[in-house]
Amino acid sequence: MSTTHMNTHDAHEAGAHHDEHHDTGGNTVFGFWLYLMTDCLLFASVFATYAVLFMNTAGGVSGKDIFDLELILAGTAALLVSSITFGFAMICAHNKNRSGTLMWLLATFIFGGVFIALEIYEFQHLIHNGNGPQASAFLSAFFSLVGLHGLHVTAGLIWMVILAVEIMMTGLTGRSLTRLACLSLFWHFLDIIWICVFTVVYLMGAI
Amino acid sequence: MSALLGKLSWDALPYDPIVIGTLCVVAIAGCVLAFLLIKHKLLGVLWNDWLTSVDHKKLGIMYIVLALVMLIRGFADAIMMRLQLALATSGDPGYLPPSHYDQIFTAHGVIMIIFMAMPFMIGLMNIVVPLQIGARDVAFPFLNNLSFWLAVSGAVLVNISLGLGEFAKTGWVAYPPLSGLEYSPGVGVDYYIWALQISGIGTTLTAVNFLATVFKMRTPGMKLMDMPIFTWTCTWANILIAASFPILTAVLAMLTLDRYLDFHFFTNDGGGNSMMYINLFWAWGHPEVYILVLPAFGIFSEIVSTFTGKRLFGYKSMVWATASISILGFIVWLHHFFTMGSSANVNAFFGVMTMIIAVPTGVKLFNWLFTMYRGRLRVTVPVLWTLGFMVTFTVGGMTGVLLAVPGANYVLHNSLFLIAHFHNTIIGGAVFGYLAGFAFWFPKAMGFHLNVKLGKAAFWCWLVGFFLAFMPLYVLGFLGMTRRLNHTDNPDWNIWLYIALVGALVILAGIICQFLQLYVSFRDRAQNLDTTGDPWNGHTLEWSTASPPQYYNFAELPVVSDIDAFTDMKEKGTAYVRKESYAPIHMPKNTKAGIIIGALITAFGFAMIWHIWWLAIVGLVGSIVTFIARAYTSDVDYYVQPDEIAQIENEHLDNVAKG
Repeated sequence: MSTTHMNTHDAHEAGAHHDEHHDTGGNTVFGFWLYLMTDCLLFASVFATYAVLFMNTAGGVSGKDIFDLELILAGTAALLVSSITFGFAMICAHNKNRSGTLMWLLATFIFGGVFIALEIYEFQHLIHNGNGPQASAFLSAFFSLVGLHGLHVTAGLIWMVILAVEIMMTGLTGRSLTRLACLSLFWHFLDIIWICVFTVVYLMGAI
Repeated sequence: MSALLGKLSWDALPYDPIVIGTLCVVAIAGCVLAFLLIKHKLLGVLWNDWLTSVDHKKLGIMYIVLALVMLIRGFADAIMMRLQLALATSGDPGYLPPSHYDQIFTAHGVIMIIFMAMPFMIGLMNIVVPLQIGARDVAFPFLNNLSFWLAVSGAVLVNISLGLGEFAKTGWVAYPPLSGLEYSPGVGVDYYIWALQISGIGTTLTAVNFLATVFKMRTPGMKLMDMPIFTWTCTWANILIAASFPILTAVLAMLTLDRYLDFHFFTNDGGGNSMMYINLFWAWGHPEVYILVLPAFGIFSEIVSTFTGKRLFGYKSMVWATASISILGFIVWLHHFFTMGSSANVNAFFGVMTMIIAVPTGVKLFNWLFTMYRGRLRVTVPVLWTLGFMVTFTVGGMTGVLLAVPGANYVLHNSLFLIAHFHNTIIGGAVFGYLAGFAFWFPKAMGFHLNVKLGKAAFWCWLVGFFLAFMPLYVLGFLGMTRRLNHTDNPDWNIWLYIALVGALVILAGIICQFLQLYVSFRDRAQNLDTTGDPWNGHTLEWSTASPPQYYNFAELPVVSDIDAFTDMKEKGTAYVRKESYAPIHMPKNTKAGIIIGALITAFGFAMIWHIWWLAIVGLVGSIVTFIARAYTSDVDYYVQPDEIAQIENEHLDNVAKG
């Protein structure tokens, strides 16, 4: 997280050439924090729903029957590593190292892509075995919670491509650094959410 | 179902003569409006200066226009319901069949809360908050424009439902399983879902925007506890929005999945739990009522302080009372369904929490009274609304405390007593507040005064009409009449239903006065210009600007050292000082992106409602691509040059000297 902090500061300076009132870099990162809090509440609502509905299996499978912990562990590892690689990208960006930033973003993209690929495989496998979200309230809540996170990660991957293109075109300017700081916050935030999903859904479900 | 048009077919067109008549009137009005715009060559002005504007003041005015338009629609629903209930007594079926009547009471609730009250509140906040904290705009001007268009998008979908298909027949809360696919197979609930979902996301973005604005862009010297009280109440409302609207987003998404993809969140079968919806809905819905009323409290505070010529009594206790109400507002949601199976202890907890909210609210009332005490109250239109509010809201608050007693609630829940209570607080609190704020800040936003006679007439019609329309509903509640009845057969109720209709007609007269006031004031604006920018001898920074304010708000950021910053400046003689030179001002450029995204999202929502999948993909992908294209644009800002600023400022100072 310290890299994020450095970059918040950096974006702050980048925006400072405007008059003091339009310190847009700092405002943007602060606004993004606020957005993340609203997103956090979105997840909280779905978590609460999962907590209420996870025993409502309607005579079908429960978590214990369907969770493949080894697969999930691989996905989790990919996502956690992608957070570290994003951290390296931020260090490179802080040092104005454009190619380094892009390389580490590529690494992040690959690890994030692996996570999403494993999730799609898991979903497809479950649906194929008749355990799709229509089967029970438990599965509806499970697919929604995990899928909501997956949707966020996918959006993050698309954003990463867009931002990489911007950095290739314009370099590490004040604006792209601010955006990189926001995406970094988003990415680490999704990691934290995933740790909650992994614990509450998979680990507690597999007991 | 066709691939091209989804579920849409000729059957979707209306057959009800009332609906067809309404649509004809709307079509004629639309044509007249378009004709006038073209005749006066105003289309370019409308597009360049308004629809694509990122100026918070213009967006605020557009929000209020949206609110007034939707007020007409929502009130038409109200008067139709009152007329139906006055006619459909003693076994008479009345003129509205249940299928139409049910859509009307649902649409009335949705429109008045989401598309009248919310845009009105957000409009006033847009106009006033940046000015009060000495900022030149909000933190994210483009986002502000986008939020507005998302609100419009939702409103457009609600209005399309009038002509194509149907609206939900579920009541504005849309409880499953009634709102599920099994019991509501039509498109009505889908209109409800997408209208709320789209406008709700816009509201969340607004809250993020304004929170960033007040926390990061206050003028030098303004500490948090120096912020004007209206800004404080808006800030708490925004915290509530940021904390509660995501819950609405989530619960609507779950209902969507139940209806579109056969999920089992809230269904009767497959292990679904409809109580989960009801809990989540009110975990949003209860904070929502405080989102509506807290800014109104702020408006009354500003008005009482300004028109008594005194500093607000108990500023700090006002801020903390607002904070307490905001926090308590999150732990009372269960009182909306005391009768739905919770244990006595759970009900007791939520009942007690609900009653405690009366304490900070009482603090506020006493603060207003003590501000007036030994003040010299100038009885203007905003003050009339404030006094009307203090009486009316107190009655509504007390019936709320009565409803908070779980035992009493078992008798009164779902009855017209409840309807009377929440109209008593929402009309007597929020709507009176917005109309007070409307009268108070109108000269600031528009540059001319409102006609006083018609303003007073509107107030008295509203106040008398309100009591005539809603006090009978308390009686009817005690007499056992439940809500959402289409027709009745109890002669004891008739007289009260008739009085309520008369009350609604008196309110109608109030609304007509309100619109007449707008027309007359606009017609006579040349005689009623507000040249000084400070028509009421105001206390806060918005009154230090011209009316309407300079588009950059402040030529130089004011340095403040007092809660009543402008009073302080006037006393020190620093209020109107001519500067030798000005620094260039950094301003955002207007953008088409907001309205384009709004249009594409409307198409997306419409396509989802009617299962036109290709159009849904076009709308969604198109709006995302537009957003990305906007993100790549670097031509988003410019500098206002010092000579232009000097010219505008000198003109304002000359006017002040003359005035």
